[in-house]
Amino acid sequence: MFVEIDGARAYAYTGARAPVTGQPTVVFVHGAGLDHTVWTLQARYFAHHGCNAYAVDLPGHGRSEGPPLAAIETGGAWLNKFCRVIAHGQAVMVAGHSMGSLVALEGAAQAGSGVSALALVGTAVPMPVAAVLQHAADADDHAAYDMITLWGLSLPAQVGGGPHTPGEWLTASSLRLLERSGPGVLGNDLRACNHYEKGVQSAGEITADTLLILGQLDLMTPPRATENLHAALAKARRVEVAGTGHMLMAEQPDAVLEALIDLFQGAAANSA
Amino acid sequence: MRRPIPVTWRASTMRQPYKSLDHGRSITQFQTIELHTVGRSTHRTLDYRHPTMAGPDYLEFDTLSLHAGQQPDTATGARAVPIYQTASFVFRSSDHAAALFNAERPGHVYSRITNPTNAVLEERVSALEGGVGAIATASGQAAMHLAITTLMGAGSHIVASRSLYGGSHNLLSYTLPRFGIETTFVDPRDPGAFAAAIRDNTRALYGETLGNPGLEIMNFPVLSEIAHRHGIPLVVDNTFATPYLCKPFEHGADIVFHSATKFLGGHGVAIGGVLVDAGRFNWEGSGKFPTMTEPYAGFHEMNFAEEYGPAAYINRARKEGARDFGACMSPTTAFQILQGIETLPLRMQRHVDNTRAVIAFLKEDENISSVSYPELDDHPDHELAKTLLPKGAGAVFSFDLNGGRAAGRAFIEALGIFSHLANVGDAKSLVIHPASTTHHRMDGPALAAAGITQGTIRLSIGLEDPQDLITDLKRGLRAAKRVKQ
Repeated sequence: MFVEIDGARAYAYTGARAPVTGQPTVVFVHGAGLDHTVWTLQARYFAHHGCNAYAVDLPGHGRSEGPPLAAIETGGAWLNKFCRVIAHGQAVMVAGHSMGSLVALEGAAQAGSGVSALALVGTAVPMPVAAVLQHAADADDHAAYDMITLWGLSLPAQVGGGPHTPGEWLTASSLRLLERSGPGVLGNDLRACNHYEKGVQSAGEITADTLLILGQLDLMTPPRATENLHAALAKARRVEVAGTGHMLMAEQPDAVLEALIDLFQGAAANSA
Repeated sequence: MRRPIPVTWRASTMRQPYKSLDHGRSITQFQTIELHTVGRSTHRTLDYRHPTMAGPDYLEFDTLSLHAGQQPDTATGARAVPIYQTASFVFRSSDHAAALFNAERPGHVYSRITNPTNAVLEERVSALEGGVGAIATASGQAAMHLAITTLMGAGSHIVASRSLYGGSHNLLSYTLPRFGIETTFVDPRDPGAFAAAIRDNTRALYGETLGNPGLEIMNFPVLSEIAHRHGIPLVVDNTFATPYLCKPFEHGADIVFHSATKFLGGHGVAIGGVLVDAGRFNWEGSGKFPTMTEPYAGFHEMNFAEEYGPAAYINRARKEGARDFGACMSPTTAFQILQGIETLPLRMQRHVDNTRAVIAFLKEDENISSVSYPELDDHPDHELAKTLLPKGAGAVFSFDLNGGRAAGRAFIEALGIFSHLANVGDAKSLVIHPASTTHHRMDGPALAAAGITQGTIRLSIGLEDPQDLITDLKRGLRAAKRVKQ
């Protein structure tokens, strides 16, 4: 489905379901250079289990129009505009991955009680970006996609045979998705991550139940890099998924889904 | 304004998607990293500060041939791929069942659609070809059928090379027209002929990496450009080359399939096929493939491009074609094919080395009027072979024997090491007379167009000692010479 945000069409995957009034709303936010398809398994589950699910394409990504948002703060503001359009002012539950986790974090801080539960997947605060990666991404060099794929997927995922979609080769899936990003988009996104400095401060403003879902083998946002974030959040738990890298939803979709079910069902029950 | 969508994504970067990185040593964010390896209890350390370390890189072909798609079995620790010879799989709960049926969770429901053993094979071939995913099928023919029927239906059209495996020619020429899919056959060496034959309803360009039996090499870079300019994919039968010798995806192809019966398996004990999706074709940009871009009533109104992005095609093939046509591979067959793939790099190099030795011998024999092999200077695709098949042009080739059909019969019947049968890509050397067997349904002009004469002999060179093969061929040539005299 498409909605209009700031005069530009914004796309969100809904699991081929029309929204139902009164159902809880779950919004999924993708990472740098990616799109909604990283979330379709989990979003589809919630769309068919009593929720209105929206896996967004951030501006300039996937099917959404407009230039990519230059800063995490503006990404958070954009996300809240999107949530107001699709949830009509009701509180929403949000899951974000990597850069999307920072957008979700910032959005939740800005939204206050407008976010009732927050899942930060493959997250870290701060989220520094290696200079070599930033340079490659700025040049739209394929090496940037290679680096993200090699660092983003755990070695077991690069070998394959994990609990992901049968017959899918995650290395190529990662590359193909990144190759679809528009010129300059990945560089913009990585720079936004690198420059985002108020993550701990924003975390301190969040009152929603928060779950950190982390990959044990994550090289890009290693679990140890979440300690400040975890400490700053008022109501946070963390789940570390064994044997998994940064691309958790692809590598272990069921483990991520179970963690989200635990968080979102609890939040929905509390608000009922 | 939104940028125009190209038919293929970032075509300029597709040539070397697996190029090595040399940036790793300057990584500053993480310096020393411990990784769990495939085994449960072992670790290794990657130290990016080490001056001689080139940094993280993709797993190499030989490693993928052995490992891709498999972790040691979590239940038993089995190192070899277990054969999950089961039709179906127990659900954890009713909700789990519903989630699997509705594609909300990954997992196995019924072995016609997915199976854990088959999934290892599928992932392994995907890894070797560089695709986003694959489907194992009952045969190479089943893979070809699945490739085509996922793309198109009645009223569609294919432009194909005219130098094809006889079974492929049968499907395109005689069977698919009954279901409303027509094919125009063109000279595989004439890209202009491909372009000229494309119609509004054309939905694929089609050919073999190495044509049968003339070993015409598909000019993937040129043909993929033509296909993409017309908003259609390039479909390739890569059976003869295998990804060891050529990866069509690196040169612009969009869909690849194999008869896994041949070199992938290598042992000649199992019939199977594999269909692989590069994940690069832009179905939405093309606008010609509603099977990928419009809601499918047969699967919960799923729009495959929306749902799976780069993996739209292979998921449509599984959720429709594997489900409804049902030409699935047996898990035992998948295991057998996997045993072959474990040694694919070693075998293919030996196949090529033996082939070169045999050809060097045949080129010197006065009873042979011509030998067709792309590595020979006089082969029309000699230069293209250097680019697309630098490791070798395969192990199947043909030659023309003086004396016509009778000489050919005598030649084949005198052989003792070569086996006379309708197959290629076996570890054992094989021989056949195409005009009377694999291509017998083709009339004279069609045979001539495919480069086949009554004296054409096709050899598939195996892994035997090359001198034994040459000695055997000498026996055959002596017999053929006696007929001629």
